[in-house]
Amino acid sequence: MAQYLLSVHSVEGETAPAMSDEEMQQSWKRIQVLNEELRAAGAWVFGGALHEADTATVVRMSEGEVLTTDGPFAESKEHLGGFYIIETDDLDAALVWASKTTEAVGKPIEVRPFRASEA
Amino acid sequence: MRDLDASPKVEAAQIGRIFREESGRSVATLIRIFGDIDIAEDAVQEAFAVALRKWPFDGLPPNPGGWITTTARNRAIERLRREVRGRELLSEVATLSPGNDDPGMPKEVGPVQDDRLRLIFTCCHPALSAEAQVALTLRLLCGMTTDEVARAFLVAEPPMAQRLVRAKRKIKAARIPYRVPEDHELSGRLRPVLAVVYLVYNAGLTGPGEPGLCSEAIRLARILSTLMPDEPEAAGLLALLLLTESRRALRTRPDGSLVVLGEQDRTRWDRVLIEEGQAIVRRCLRRNQPGPYQLQAAINAVHADAPTVEQTDWWQIVALYDQLLAVAPTPVVALNRAIAIGEVRGPAAALALVDDLDLDNYYPFHATRADLLRRLGRHTEAAAAYERAAAMAPTNAERDFLRLGGRASR
Repeated sequence: MAQYLLSVHSVEGETAPAMSDEEMQQSWKRIQVLNEELRAAGAWVFGGALHEADTATVVRMSEGEVLTTDGPFAESKEHLGGFYIIETDDLDAALVWASKTTEAVGKPIEVRPFRASEA
Repeated sequence: MRDLDASPKVEAAQIGRIFREESGRSVATLIRIFGDIDIAEDAVQEAFAVALRKWPFDGLPPNPGGWITTTARNRAIERLRREVRGRELLSEVATLSPGNDDPGMPKEVGPVQDDRLRLIFTCCHPALSAEAQVALTLRLLCGMTTDEVARAFLVAEPPMAQRLVRAKRKIKAARIPYRVPEDHELSGRLRPVLAVVYLVYNAGLTGPGEPGLCSEAIRLARILSTLMPDEPEAAGLLALLLLTESRRALRTRPDGSLVVLGEQDRTRWDRVLIEEGQAIVRRCLRRNQPGPYQLQAAINAVHADAPTVEQTDWWQIVALYDQLLAVAPTPVVALNRAIAIGEVRGPAAALALVDDLDLDNYYPFHATRADLLRRLGRHTEAAAAYERAAAMAPTNAERDFLRLGGRASR
């Protein structure tokens, strides 16, 4: 078994056309269904959606002291919107879940293996 | 018994050829046994060194391919026994094959599959870049050295070596599986595999003196169509390559300049390859599940039938291009269809179609326009188009050919 991070990428300012309440409901429902499916298949490790990137705080070492500043860390337009950590046999199985995720959330998904799973 | 005075029974060059031919199968089998590409590659390389020492005296073993696989496997086991991690791996390998006297032969589910088929699907996995797919396929399945792969694609060796290392690391880290995809995902996964084989062939056809790539591509296409008899596009690709190969020798003059289809000595086309290619095309037609490679093969089969350009069944070719355009609606297909239209309806009709295409960065587009303009007697425009095409042509042979056309039209 191997663990993978499925990260949902959002581009700042590139908001999809505003969803109606009904569409929001449906999207939420699709994600719930996906979560249930992941759990039932034993692939679920953890997952969740994140608040906007401007709610982030960065903590780092600076001259031997911990410095806390306003985030986000990466000065990029693309930010992590949410993620899953899943456990599957191999990449193909992870890609099946990634396909379902991108269908459910309508955003590109990056699939990345965890280092620990190599051992 | 060794006869040291006699000349070697087997030349080193012959051993090299046999390894080139057999190493793909051995590497593929060893990857399945040990689950590790590097172990497999190193072991086959060691077996090659052993063969170079032994075969010149002992002569060829009765089954060189089997000898390579067995020797490589034993070498790998010996080496792994010396390492702690290796011993763990070996015990894993052993548990995979309970009650089987051949270590590491996992039970096959369904029809027995050739390891090379698994390997080509791993090498051409869509999670790898197209460049990495091609490089891995040539390295692992065709047994080419990193240096040979680098030269074939005009890349220096260090970056090519790095590309291979990176791709192998990704296969391992991301656990790209080593298996033939299941039926429902097969057609999507087969597409990049066929594209890699086609690309390898074309690199040999137009590339810098690497005709070895053409035969490697045909060998791969043959493996694919034999091992996947239910995939008509695999057969179509093989037919397309065989028919293209039948006239490869006639494509260039001894000085390297290009000879277009219409000016080739058709009596020297390779009839054996044509017959094999056409037989496959006929089988594809009966199956009636057309796809881009089958249709391109069919177009080539029509050309192969014609004793001269004039006697070519251009209507048939136009009809095939119509079908091809329906399944592969690309501007390049539209350009080739326009050329065929030019043969049945004349250059003016073709030029109208060509001028509608957005292919400004594709030199055959300018070469086609040049030829059509010349046939329409619009010589100044033709000369400009020839020059435009020549400036963009990737090889000297093509450049010279176009410059020649340009002069003739002035």
